[in-house]
Amino acid sequence: MDHINLLLVDDEKAFLDTLTKRLEKRGVTVTAVYSGKDSLEELETKKSIEVVILDVKMPQMDGIQTLIEIKKRFPLVEVIMLTGHATVETAIDGMKLGAFDYLMKPCDIDLLLSKALNAADKKKIHEEKIMEARIKEITGRRV
Amino acid sequence: MENSLVERNAFYQVLTRRMRALILIVSFLPMILTTSILFYRFNHAYTQKIQGHISELLQKHSDNIDTFLSEKSGNIKYLAQLFNRGQMAPDIFLQKHLALLKSEYGDVFTDIGIVNEKGIQFSYEGPFKLENADYSNAEWFLKAKDKPFYISDVFTGLRGHPHFIIAVKIKTNGSDYILRSTINFGAFNSLVGNIHIGKTGFAFIIDTNGQLQTKRADGFKQPIIKSMVDRHQNRNSQTTFTKEQDVSGNKYIVVTSMLKNIDWVMVFQQDLNDAFHDLRKTQHLTIVIFILGCIAILSVTFVLPRNIVKLISISDQKSEAMNKQVVESGKLATIGELASGIAHEINNPVAIMVEEAGWIEDLLEEEDLKECKNLDEFKRSLRQINTQGKRCKEITHKLLSFARKTDSTINDLQINDSVTEIVSLTAQMARYNNVIIQTILQDDIPYIRISPSELQQVILNLINNAIDAMEKSGGTIVIQTKTSRIEENHVVLSIEDDGPGIPKENLDRIFDPFFTTKKVGKGTGLGLSICYGIIQKMGGEIEVYSHVGVGTKFRIWIPFQENILIDESSHSVES
Repeated sequence: MDHINLLLVDDEKAFLDTLTKRLEKRGVTVTAVYSGKDSLEELETKKSIEVVILDVKMPQMDGIQTLIEIKKRFPLVEVIMLTGHATVETAIDGMKLGAFDYLMKPCDIDLLLSKALNAADKKKIHEEKIMEARIKEITGRRV
Repeated sequence: MENSLVERNAFYQVLTRRMRALILIVSFLPMILTTSILFYRFNHAYTQKIQGHISELLQKHSDNIDTFLSEKSGNIKYLAQLFNRGQMAPDIFLQKHLALLKSEYGDVFTDIGIVNEKGIQFSYEGPFKLENADYSNAEWFLKAKDKPFYISDVFTGLRGHPHFIIAVKIKTNGSDYILRSTINFGAFNSLVGNIHIGKTGFAFIIDTNGQLQTKRADGFKQPIIKSMVDRHQNRNSQTTFTKEQDVSGNKYIVVTSMLKNIDWVMVFQQDLNDAFHDLRKTQHLTIVIFILGCIAILSVTFVLPRNIVKLISISDQKSEAMNKQVVESGKLATIGELASGIAHEINNPVAIMVEEAGWIEDLLEEEDLKECKNLDEFKRSLRQINTQGKRCKEITHKLLSFARKTDSTINDLQINDSVTEIVSLTAQMARYNNVIIQTILQDDIPYIRISPSELQQVILNLINNAIDAMEKSGGTIVIQTKTSRIEENHVVLSIEDDGPGIPKENLDRIFDPFFTTKKVGKGTGLGLSICYGIIQKMGGEIEVYSHVGVGTKFRIWIPFQENILIDESSHSVES
């Protein structure tokens, strides 16, 4: 399994802690934060984070607001929305705003993991493309 | 509820009463005013006319009588002059001139005679044997003695017949004579007797003492004579008009006119009802029409407001039923919100529980626990927790479905699947109604992002409507799906039946809430409006084409997004 670096954002501490332990057991590097604001700070300090799993329903700064902020400041980081039934529309809105996918609670851990991997792949492809473009730019300039 | 019903009924009663009062005032007031004014005016004018007519008639007749009397007295005066001058013997003179008068005037002069100072009629010519009759005590003689000229009242006298006398004094040297002539009562009477108006109108003449001077006629009323006499004491020669009432209460009109030559009063008398017969008839007619009008107004006053209020109450009831439905759906919405809130709240703990179970499962994989003898039991238990967690998820899911009435969870789907599913669902019902459902489905139709249950609701509604419409006759329903050629990025779903069609006047209203042509209790009138709402929410359009006797066709356009491809949707959709 490829190594990925995940950031989990949810105000439900019990849920998040268990999920963290389970993911870590599967070899994923997980950082857990309990609010949207913390997630932004975390992203600022840990540049290695590839995928954010973001709960839609949170107090203060909710999932959508956080998503907008993340996409603004860290456009290459992929986001997967996590939601209960009642907020499916919100999750879809989130996808329109650039989220990679959404997941319904309670979710199967394997499904979560596979989506996270897909997201990470996408990020890598993006980054590679950017890299290639830069290289081309640099080499092109040299020529 | 009971209370409001009572209040409502009271309100209806007040409304009815107000309408009644208004109708009564508005219709009665002008009618009464108009009728009474016309009634009064017409009465007045007609009375005037009748009075004028009778008065004139009477005036003319009194003039005639005056003329008659003055003419006859003129004749006698002339004879008196002639006798005075002439040397003819009295008998021969009278004989000759009576014959002359009779040949000239017919039977007016009955006889003629000369009476000396002592009242002895020494000379006489006529049918009665009155030579040497003694008039010395006769009333007329006493009166005539002092006057040059006198017309007596009617009296019976010596001969036993009613008659009257014209007497003229002849003055010779020393001795006075009176030339007297009897006027035929019949001839004189006919002058007055000719006046007949209506059934009861007749005329007569009385003297100042109230003695009748003409023949007694039927219906003659003695009491009035007295008042006539009183009235004419002051010799008013004008024609007067009065209304009198006799003892038995019969009303009649009395017209009097004073004669000029003599103290006689000509009286015309007629029953009031007879005189004003035409007027009475008109009055009766008017009153009958008035009463009929009143009855008509009254019946309208009582029937019309009651019917109107009944209509109002029916429409009130309808609107109340509608309100109830609206309130009901509002209530459902509230319950729905509550349910969705609860479902959401429950969802989180369940997620945690499932997660914890998963964690324990993960831990059990570790080496040191492998030897635990209850490992299988642990695993079984954890699987059970997982299963029950999923069950909880199902329950919250259903709760949410109920909350929204329809599950508006949006999925990418092929419209053909929904159609097929609903067709199989309704096939049984269609068979019972002799309806054949045909489907023409485009194979490579694009996916649409839509709530499946809502779409199914729309299709189900339209098919059910079509089947209901063809309930009696049976028929064919054609369901077609294809990519729209008119609208870009839209799929078209058309549902066409060959039923009775929708009348033009209903066509505009079929999407209105609560509009239904089904029997009360059979349809809520919400089906199509819900469909309309759903399609609108999808950003689509619904249209209806219908011809009576040909059939009805519903067409629905639903937009799709080009970027939704089949492979993407397969991994993004997890229910």
